[in-house]
Amino acid sequence: MPRIIRSGRNHVVVPWRGEVWIIALLGLLPAAVYFWYGAQDRLGPDPVNVFERWLGLWAVRFLVLTLLVTPLRVLAGYSLLRYRRMLGLLVFAYACLHVGTYVILDQQGNLGVLVQDITHRPFLLLGFVAFVLLSLLAATSTNWSMRRLGRQWGRLHRLVYGVALLVAVHFLMAFKTYNATSVGYAAILGMLVLWRAPDLWRKRMRRAP
Amino acid sequence: GAGLHTRPGPFQATEKPTPLTDVTHYNNFYEFGLDKSDPATYSAAFQPRPWTLSVEGLVAHPRVWDLDQLIASMPMEERLYRMRCVEAWSMVIPWDGFALSELLRQAEPLGNARYVSFESVVRPDQMPGQRSGLDTLSWPYVEGLRLDEAMNPLTILAVGLYGEMLPNQNGAPVRLVVPWKYGFKGIKSITRIRLVADMPPTTWNRMSPDEYGFYANVNPEVDHPRWSQSSERVIGAGGFFGGGRKKTLMFNGYGEQVASMYAGMDLRTSY
Repeated sequence: MPRIIRSGRNHVVVPWRGEVWIIALLGLLPAAVYFWYGAQDRLGPDPVNVFERWLGLWAVRFLVLTLLVTPLRVLAGYSLLRYRRMLGLLVFAYACLHVGTYVILDQQGNLGVLVQDITHRPFLLLGFVAFVLLSLLAATSTNWSMRRLGRQWGRLHRLVYGVALLVAVHFLMAFKTYNATSVGYAAILGMLVLWRAPDLWRKRMRRAP
Repeated sequence: GAGLHTRPGPFQATEKPTPLTDVTHYNNFYEFGLDKSDPATYSAAFQPRPWTLSVEGLVAHPRVWDLDQLIASMPMEERLYRMRCVEAWSMVIPWDGFALSELLRQAEPLGNARYVSFESVVRPDQMPGQRSGLDTLSWPYVEGLRLDEAMNPLTILAVGLYGEMLPNQNGAPVRLVVPWKYGFKGIKSITRIRLVADMPPTTWNRMSPDEYGFYANVNPEVDHPRWSQSSERVIGAGGFFGGGRKKTLMFNGYGEQVASMYAGMDLRTSY
């Protein structure tokens, strides 16, 4: 079980050994289950499309959880900071699977279509830029990078709020009409960014990494 | 359901028909919900009988048809058609129905009739998508064709598929099928057909004019703003590794029958 230690006004939740890795495995379960279904033709008439959207939805869900860590600490006094890196890496994992499914299963590796997508279609360009930024954040998520980048690390990782906005618009554009799921998640992402906006603006981020 | 007495018609596709369960469980029919499984799930309460279909506007003989009388009086045919959705997926469907031209000829379009407009049913009590809070589409769903497109021998009104009466989720009791155009042109549960002089409004064009044009001819050269139209996912190809993607053909492969209607037109601007 995780331990809770007091730190000033906050309760810091400290994961038990291996707990974060269990979260990672559980977090990947939705992808594994759907992949298994899809390989066996149990995802309905349009399995690749269902899988692709499922992966995107879970990337958004983990992004929301990642961004909830700070409000939870500030508003409720519970810090889940020690879980945040793994939540962020799950966002990246689902983004990789989402993009990989699009490129390999859906477009069957047709590079011409992919180049057209990125150069001609804002919907896909937004998703692509979000993916590139996420890759940058994942690549610099190690302890070594944190030490190496020092104060710059915090500034770099504020890019996650940019990712959130890109993802919100990409998600809204993925449907032909407004729809409860995409509007709901886009609103949540929007609120999480807005709530943090004053801090981002004033750059008082050092005390709240 | 009741079987239909049809004979094989012309223009039979050579592709393998999409399995019936896929044809009836993967539908865009926003009157019943936004998800493709919604129409099959939420259309059981819909009552497709009794039904009247009115043919009106610029015609010599306007008439309100009882649908069953209409079906009894028309030469019913089976047509195995390719269906290409604007969302870049496709099916092959054995429709049962009759040529729209037969119905229009009986009504005798007047000389100034240049377009045909179609209107769907509005029944929020039986169609949950029509009473949803989110602003989706405006009802009734409306569509239109140029008169020559409506008179083309490929254009049919379908009242069945796979030899049975049309299931509710596929547009019961009568729907339009225009196989060289994207699927959304195939307006479902039609109540009114009106001959008019000017190009009528169409639902998706009103909703998003840069994405959906009046013509909506299948065209691999003109991409949707959000995705490529150069190829399509074949529905029912079987799982991730069924190899279900193929090249999209101009006019969905019906160019021989329809290309001449668009001679001299720029299909990039008239999309």
